[in-house]
Amino acid sequence: MTNIQDERTAPELQGLNLPAKPDGPGAAAMLAAGIGVFALGLMTTLNEVSEGLHDFLQSLEMGQGVGPLAGKTIIAVIVWLVAWLILAAIWRGKEMNIKRVFWIGLVLGVLGGVLTFPPVFLAFA
Amino acid sequence: MELSSREAWTVIHGLVLGTLFLLAFAGGLAGLWSLRPGLITTAGIQERMKRLYWGTWVMAGAAWATVITGTWIVYPWYRAALSEVGDDRYAGCAGAILPNATCSPREFLLSDVSGQTETWHSLGMEWKEHVGWAAPILATAAAFLVTYYGPRLMARPWLRTAVIVMFVAAFSAAVVGGAFGAFLNKVAPIV
Repeated sequence: MTNIQDERTAPELQGLNLPAKPDGPGAAAMLAAGIGVFALGLMTTLNEVSEGLHDFLQSLEMGQGVGPLAGKTIIAVIVWLVAWLILAAIWRGKEMNIKRVFWIGLVLGVLGGVLTFPPVFLAFA
Repeated sequence: MELSSREAWTVIHGLVLGTLFLLAFAGGLAGLWSLRPGLITTAGIQERMKRLYWGTWVMAGAAWATVITGTWIVYPWYRAALSEVGDDRYAGCAGAILPNATCSPREFLLSDVSGQTETWHSLGMEWKEHVGWAAPILATAAAFLVTYYGPRLMARPWLRTAVIVMFVAAFSAAVVGGAFGAFLNKVAPIV
């Protein structure tokens, strides 16, 4: 959105001389957060489904006694950061339909949250 | 009056960082909520935004510090395998009224030796340890959005609401972790 539109809606902004900001970077942060939370839920559930994956996730604990939680969270954080970097690079300087991106991110986030709820992920054990 | 190393870390993880997170959330939410046209002057916006940047980033930082200390320092003590003797997985917990040197908090809860405690682990701890990690991801994204758009959020109520949704979602995930953490520390403290 341009700063002229912003200043019409909020005249208080006129004195701040704010440059216009494209929505691409904001949309990238929103969608990446949804992807990250979804990855967290997916890893939590897949850990119950696959013994091989469980062993791999546990191997990432580096002898600290954290168990598979180490792998689930490390992978979720990496997925989130990589998704953010890629989306930010693709959408840099671009105008986006940020509402649509937000709703996609929200759906992914809710799904991820549901998949971290024990009665859900333990149903796959 | 003293705290053991383990007690000190549970205090840092739950009380110190949790309080910081809560304070930053309250300040950040109040700042975001009132960031509307007609409520503050141009000079007021600049002063308000500084606090909002600090509040959102402190909340994100506190969330990261909480999940990292919780997962990598406190959690291994909670889930240590201490009680197994031969085929009896919870032999070391026999007669225990609290976790001890032969019965970790996880084993104590799962053994049901002191009432019906298994669900505290299978629901409470299992949920807390996973969903808690959503908090720093969402809080960081919200802090980035506040920093990126800055005062422009005033002119875009829908975008401001979206940031508030992410901010509150981060808080909700932390509430699950914090509430179950407080209860679990009552029922089966780290010793």
